[in-house]
Amino acid sequence: MKDDSIRKLDKAKLPAWDEIPLGWALLSEGSDDFKTGGWRSQHPVLDPEKCTSCLFCWIYCPDSAIRVKDGKMAGFDESLCKGCGICSTECPQGAIKMAEGAGALKEGE
Amino acid sequence: MKLLTRKVVGLTGDGAAAEAMRQIDPDVVAAYPITPQTEIVEKFAEYVAGGLVNTEFICVESEHSAISACCGSSAAGARTVTATSSQGLALMHEMLYIAAANRLPIVMINVNRALSAPLNIHNDQSDTFGSRDAGWIQLYCENVQEVYDTTIQGIRIAEHPEVQLPVMVCLDGFILSHSMERLELLSDAEVKDFIGAFRPRTNLLDFDKPITLGAAAMPEYYFEHRFAQSYALDRALERVVAVDQEFGAKFARSYGVVEAYRMDDAELAVVTLGSLAGTTKFVVDRFREEGVKAGSLKIKLFRPFPIEAVAAALKNVKAAAVLEKAISPGAPGPALFSDVLGALYHQGVKASLISYVAGLGGRDVPPKSITRIYNHLQQIAETGRIGRILNYLDLRGWQ
Repeated sequence: MKDDSIRKLDKAKLPAWDEIPLGWALLSEGSDDFKTGGWRSQHPVLDPEKCTSCLFCWIYCPDSAIRVKDGKMAGFDESLCKGCGICSTECPQGAIKMAEGAGALKEGE
Repeated sequence: MKLLTRKVVGLTGDGAAAEAMRQIDPDVVAAYPITPQTEIVEKFAEYVAGGLVNTEFICVESEHSAISACCGSSAAGARTVTATSSQGLALMHEMLYIAAANRLPIVMINVNRALSAPLNIHNDQSDTFGSRDAGWIQLYCENVQEVYDTTIQGIRIAEHPEVQLPVMVCLDGFILSHSMERLELLSDAEVKDFIGAFRPRTNLLDFDKPITLGAAAMPEYYFEHRFAQSYALDRALERVVAVDQEFGAKFARSYGVVEAYRMDDAELAVVTLGSLAGTTKFVVDRFREEGVKAGSLKIKLFRPFPIEAVAAALKNVKAAAVLEKAISPGAPGPALFSDVLGALYHQGVKASLISYVAGLGGRDVPPKSITRIYNHLQQIAETGRIGRILNYLDLRGWQ
């Protein structure tokens, strides 16, 4: 094998079989290279008044779609949120509601 | 007079596996009991309770959870061992592929038992043969000593930097798992020294260096990934040989990837694996006493399949039969037969090869039945006519 290191995939060049990282172990914090936003048929809506930035949504989100800025909940990543609704189910404050349609995912919409 | 230098004990196959596990002292064992594997987990749980090992023992609610926990712990950098059998292995099926594809060096002891239905707890090899495409290394044991030695070798094979694949150590249910045999143990220090410290490739708990294991790979990546994994399994054959040779040099016991028994001038051969290999050797000796040039070939390493060694051993025989305890419904032939046939084709060897399925669901395969296979091979060698290719030993109503 040419390369058994754990690394970030170079998307500009498709690797040959012997350049694939061993066991498909990738140097990345999640599947943020894989844009799943297009799957969405519902979208989350945040109520900033209720949100305490406990970040349960960030922990539970299976797709790195919760944006965090300075330790605070800062909305959703449109390109990644697939509208699964887990954040809405898990939010202890009821600050995230799901709405019909793909939506624009603007904070506080 | 030969002086004994090692501790000699009487242990069952399950007991020997548990003793090897005690000496390996894995970081994590996640397992669920199932007949005839239960005694392995039971005995190992006693070692955990008695403080004889430092292992984190995870009692899970199913075999699917057992292997899932093993995948997690191995990826987190823990030396991981488990054990199962039959329905348990079947329940693990989807995770077996994930363990291999994520290149997790888990060692699993599987006690071979028939699959339901009808419900049957006795020995055949349909469970592990059903997992043959999962990407695991599969080693089959002939006797209890081999179970013990192979379990220890398995750790070294799985964890070798160029292998990094899970290993299945297979032993026949009841015939080996519950039969007490004499075996020689290594000292705890010898085992520790032979397996060495675990140097994990991945550590999912290293928060300073976060990695993703198990990410999706879409059509532009998947094929290359799967080929790389398949290539690694093929290449693992060399490491299996090397580890076995090192074990032999240190402890004077080695097994090879195949064992050619009285094959040098053999005209008739039975190819088989597991405990059947022992019974077959006994039959070979009887034919040799009568002047018949009989031999046998034991397949120790089933995945990756030792193509060259198998073809080399069979290249001069007049007739050969593959004897196995599994059936492949709808296939051109059962699994081991098809593999041996494929190996001969790969190496350009033309041999008169027939198949015998035997012993399903624990039906005994005594020497007198194996004798009939050699008689059949004698007929083929004399007439040059193969006749029926697929045969069934001691099956009522089948002629």
